[in-house]
Amino acid sequence: MNMKEYRPQEEVDFVVIGSGAAGGIMAKQLSTAGFSVVVLEQGGWGKFGHERDYPKDELLNRNIYPEDRLISNPQRQRNTFRRTDQEVAGPGTHNYGAVVGGGTVTYGGSSWRHLPWEFEEASHVGTIAGTGLADWPITYDELEPYYTQAEWEMGISGQRVDSPFVAPMSRDYPVPPVPMKASGALFHVAAAKLGLSVVPGPLAIITKPYMGRSGCVHCGLCSGYGCHVKARSSSAVTMIPLALDTGNCEVRVRSYVREISVDNTGRVNGVTYFNSDKQEVFQSARAVVLSANAGESARLLLMSASNRFPDGLANSSGVVGRYLMLGGGAGASALFEHPLNDYKGVVSGTGILDYVPSDPDRGFYGGGRMTSRGYASPISYGLNGLSPGSPRWGAGYKQALREQSNHRMNISCFTTQLPLATNRVDLDPEVKDEWGLPAMRITSQSHPDDIRNMEFFRQKSIEVLEAAGATEVWAGPVRDSRGSAHNRGTCRMGNDPNASVVDRYHRAHDVPNLFVVDGSNLVTGGRNHPTMTIQALAFRAAEHLVRSARAGEV
Amino acid sequence: MSEQERSRRSFLVDSVSGLGGVWVLANYPAIVAAEEFVRAEAESGQPAEWAFFTDEQAAQVDEMTAQVIPTDQTPGAREARVVRFIDRILVGFDRDRQDDYTQGLLNLTAVTKEHFPSVDKFSELIFDQQLEVLMAIESTPFFNLVRTHTITGFFASPVHGGNAGKVGWELLGYDDSLNHEAPFGYYDALPQVRGNGRTTP
Repeated sequence: MNMKEYRPQEEVDFVVIGSGAAGGIMAKQLSTAGFSVVVLEQGGWGKFGHERDYPKDELLNRNIYPEDRLISNPQRQRNTFRRTDQEVAGPGTHNYGAVVGGGTVTYGGSSWRHLPWEFEEASHVGTIAGTGLADWPITYDELEPYYTQAEWEMGISGQRVDSPFVAPMSRDYPVPPVPMKASGALFHVAAAKLGLSVVPGPLAIITKPYMGRSGCVHCGLCSGYGCHVKARSSSAVTMIPLALDTGNCEVRVRSYVREISVDNTGRVNGVTYFNSDKQEVFQSARAVVLSANAGESARLLLMSASNRFPDGLANSSGVVGRYLMLGGGAGASALFEHPLNDYKGVVSGTGILDYVPSDPDRGFYGGGRMTSRGYASPISYGLNGLSPGSPRWGAGYKQALREQSNHRMNISCFTTQLPLATNRVDLDPEVKDEWGLPAMRITSQSHPDDIRNMEFFRQKSIEVLEAAGATEVWAGPVRDSRGSAHNRGTCRMGNDPNASVVDRYHRAHDVPNLFVVDGSNLVTGGRNHPTMTIQALAFRAAEHLVRSARAGEV
Repeated sequence: MSEQERSRRSFLVDSVSGLGGVWVLANYPAIVAAEEFVRAEAESGQPAEWAFFTDEQAAQVDEMTAQVIPTDQTPGAREARVVRFIDRILVGFDRDRQDDYTQGLLNLTAVTKEHFPSVDKFSELIFDQQLEVLMAIESTPFFNLVRTHTITGFFASPVHGGNAGKVGWELLGYDDSLNHEAPFGYYDALPQVRGNGRTTP
């Protein structure tokens, strides 16, 4: 790879922390505009290079050697979890993408836009006492062009539909949706009976050649695996190569940032990170873009406390880390008479969207998307895939495998979680990560409405599966979230410096040359599919940042 | 490199070329080790050396796996050589479970003697007697570890030593090809569904 390299003492225009959904876009847009950029990524290039080749081997994927990991390891990037402030936090399981491309390298790829009214829910459904439900400082119309840009630059497959439950689009998707699977067909059967509507899901998985990459081959080892044919439109195969091609951008891997530094005028002047030998390195920069994901971005700001910023960098509001939304979920599983073979293809291809809006008649706030899913690859199927009550071993187990395999489908619902000031990321007072830094402490207990909403979706899932003709349906009790790839909201965007961390262009209210661009900025969580909105925000933020930097306003 | 090794190498590269040359190079030592193992057994007709188990331990574990996934009209864990898989992971990524096996097998012998005082080893029991012993330890961590390892080995790629002849995948009807084209299953292939297979209003 012929990549530009900068010396740490060389002051670059921008350091971008993180190379995932937002960081990859920021790096590409800034370097394309001619700025010098160093991207600090805590993960590596991936064992097999630049998201080129991954083992399609379930055992290796489940028991991955430390050097091959594509996601963080809670034993190293340690974190703790508690429900309420009254508890002492115990070991957490939170993790996130930690490789060039971040979580987009292994995610399922759902790419739903937020709906127009989701930017103004406080005005629409009213504020809810005790919650931080608020309007965004930007509207859907302002963001719409950047959704379109993201869909076309990243490569999103899907079908443009005219529906009150889908955000209106100014342009079609660049490639058609994935083919309907058997689980999707069963959604249609149920929807016809129940009067619901089914939409093919927009996915960051291309279905035919696009921008030099090949279409999905439906291998079936999808979410959680890297894509061996580059059909998944991750930052690693879309934005990062373009950033490197400019000759202005260096991606420095195995760089674990510990602090964003400020000078005596209160401006950031660089970042300190641990290199792969755990040596501290200071990279000098004129401005910093923080795109480390909602959990880590908040933790890094809190770890960057100084005399000038005693409560953490950019935290005069006290809001950094707060309004964390991990996202809710619910669902059900079922067996059908005939085989589905849903283990092939993408994880989720089809959605029932009628329950996306909140409906006051239900008696609580909340909504969500129902998605059809197949069931898992062989090892996880063998370990956990049979219906409840099936034998766990022996002749009966084997017979049940024979009868049930490939006959199962699931519904996974992605549901709202209200932003609460008490739900947050902060620094654990006791536990340290492998680098000796304070572990991320997550405190999260969903609002009662969120739990009622989850139960609503659990019941709806059962109803849909029964309407589809299932021979057996089951659904475990709903459970509050503990951690998720969908974490959002810890550096919320807003016009009021006392109630938000960044302004409508992602500039920290307190620090003129610090920009936070990632899922942390989301004011409300939407229906728990954040990536497309993160990407649209990044394109918008980058456009404004380029303009400001050229005008000497950074 | 001998002629035999060379041809094996080219076979390996060809057989996994769908995964890309870079992957092969990166994983070459692991693949060679895995394939070497499987091949050595196949060629000699003799089991290769155990990596962790004694012959005695291997015999007990083999019997346990054959209870977890028995042989009936189709192959079970024994034919899939799951005990080979377990032996190998106990010197690989699950090496910290070695003591669990050592202790667990001692306990298995103790429980066997409790139930059948005239017998020394679990492997000497007939099928239904084994079943009785395993039902007595069904809720122990050791039994559940063996269950997890048996199922994992039965359904993991054959390059890891179990799932010989892909018999595990065959049981599930799992197609391990990396390429697939619609239709997927019965329901999406139905003409009336395909006709409606676009967005409903």
